[in-house]
Amino acid sequence: MDAPHMASTACTYDSENRPPAFFAEMAEAWRYRALIRQLVERDIKVRYKRSILGIGWTLLNPLLMMAVLTIAFSQLFKFQIPFYPVYVFSGLILWLFFSQTSAAAMSQLIWGSHLMTRIYLPRTTFALSALGSGLVNLLFSLAALIVVMLITGVPVRPAMLWLPLPILLAAMTALGTGLFFSTLASWFTDVVDMYQILLSALYFLTPIIYPLSVLSEDLQWALRFNPMVHLVEAFRAPIYEGRPPDAATLGLASLFAVVSLVIGWSVFTSRADDIVYRL
Amino acid sequence: MVTETRTGDVRKPPLATAAETSDAIRVENLSVRFRIPQERVSSLKEFAIRRFRNRVSFREFWALQDVTLSVRRGETFGIVGRNGAGKSTLLKVIARVLRPTAGRVRVHGRIVPLLDIGAGFHPELTGRENVRFNATLLGRSPAEIDHAFADIVAFSELSGFMDAPLRTYSSGMAARLGFAVATAWKPDLLLVDETLAVGDEGFRAKCQARLEGFRRQGTTMVWVSHDRNQMVALCDRAVWLDGGRVKRIGPSAEVADAYANSKAGDEYEETRP
Repeated sequence: MDAPHMASTACTYDSENRPPAFFAEMAEAWRYRALIRQLVERDIKVRYKRSILGIGWTLLNPLLMMAVLTIAFSQLFKFQIPFYPVYVFSGLILWLFFSQTSAAAMSQLIWGSHLMTRIYLPRTTFALSALGSGLVNLLFSLAALIVVMLITGVPVRPAMLWLPLPILLAAMTALGTGLFFSTLASWFTDVVDMYQILLSALYFLTPIIYPLSVLSEDLQWALRFNPMVHLVEAFRAPIYEGRPPDAATLGLASLFAVVSLVIGWSVFTSRADDIVYRL
Repeated sequence: MVTETRTGDVRKPPLATAAETSDAIRVENLSVRFRIPQERVSSLKEFAIRRFRNRVSFREFWALQDVTLSVRRGETFGIVGRNGAGKSTLLKVIARVLRPTAGRVRVHGRIVPLLDIGAGFHPELTGRENVRFNATLLGRSPAEIDHAFADIVAFSELSGFMDAPLRTYSSGMAARLGFAVATAWKPDLLLVDETLAVGDEGFRAKCQARLEGFRRQGTTMVWVSHDRNQMVALCDRAVWLDGGRVKRIGPSAEVADAYANSKAGDEYEETRP
């Protein structure tokens, strides 16, 4: 229990005490980790509570997409890509993790605004809980992926133990992107829709359903500036090719991940006080 | 008219030197500004077009202006004023939800805002899950929640409903559960917005008794209330806010009467144009 004496002598809140928001927010989020965990649990529970398929819903989306894409494209890429279902599925689940997490960071902030305007919470609470839910879904999808690998005869190799690294980088990129667009969305609601358009463009500019080699040299070069290209490549190598991701890919993916997280986190935390005024 | 502000009322409370250590809340020259776009520009496209033509204008709205007050530890402090006078904004700044635009707010002790009971409830989750979530929202640890859980259920009188989803609760039941969670632990500082209309007559009495108990044990309370009698009965001192400014601070009966008189005056003027 609280020691009332201690609690009342210490100044718990002073509006003029403003440590750098970038680091202060990290400390606050850590202090509220139990809440973030509960939000993740709550999100997963609510999603599956009233549905017959339960956890299957998470898997249905990538599985159906995999099936449709396999039917549509496996003939087209027959010679470039053997085991097309695994190729497509591994790219898809990382893509869905990134797109859903970054979009959820935005929608959760808007959804959570009724809490944020009534009680103090760290401003990044909802982005972090969106990330947590995304990671849980990704784990379920990975389990499904392994089943697909076993069925289609793609060997499950020890290189798969590299996967946490590309997942971490994808998480950083998704969080940074989500926070950056959340800040914009707090000013302009149409940013949410615009982000969806941006995502669909990015989807086709990432080698998820096709191999990078089908593109022209120029286009391949240009796509190096798309962080998702490196993330998907780093994620896919241990699964599809059974080898560790190469250093150059990891290096570029890390660079994009750090840059996007630092930009997203600092833009969001420096504007966070304003955001509550606008919710 | 009794409504003239006496500047003497706005000064810091007596015992100014002791106040440094005995104040639970100190608000100094607090101002809060909202910037409202003149025309509602909510899309980026629209903003870009208007910006280009130099036509984005903001209307500044000062919800609070130069408010200075302090609440002593253990005191029950009332806030009165019309709609839009800045009462809720003041509570939000104290609760750390809004940052001051100017001025300073210092709070000693742990705050529990009893602002909108059950804002954190989710309809699909059970009573049990919602209790856990709301208690976590108030910063309680899992161990503390386990420890207090039986108490919360008993106080809410909802022991038969803990495993039912919240959407099956009546609004009265949800409010009872929300109040039980929010007040399961004695806070250093309790912020209460508006009259507590929780459940039936019997339950209301129970709520009042619990709050009264906190008060006796030294919890500092800040009340926003429209009910003059409640204000006078509960509060030691009160502030009257008008248009975001302090109109009067003093013993609750004095402030409540001054405020009531000003309203009576307005009504009189309204009937005789």
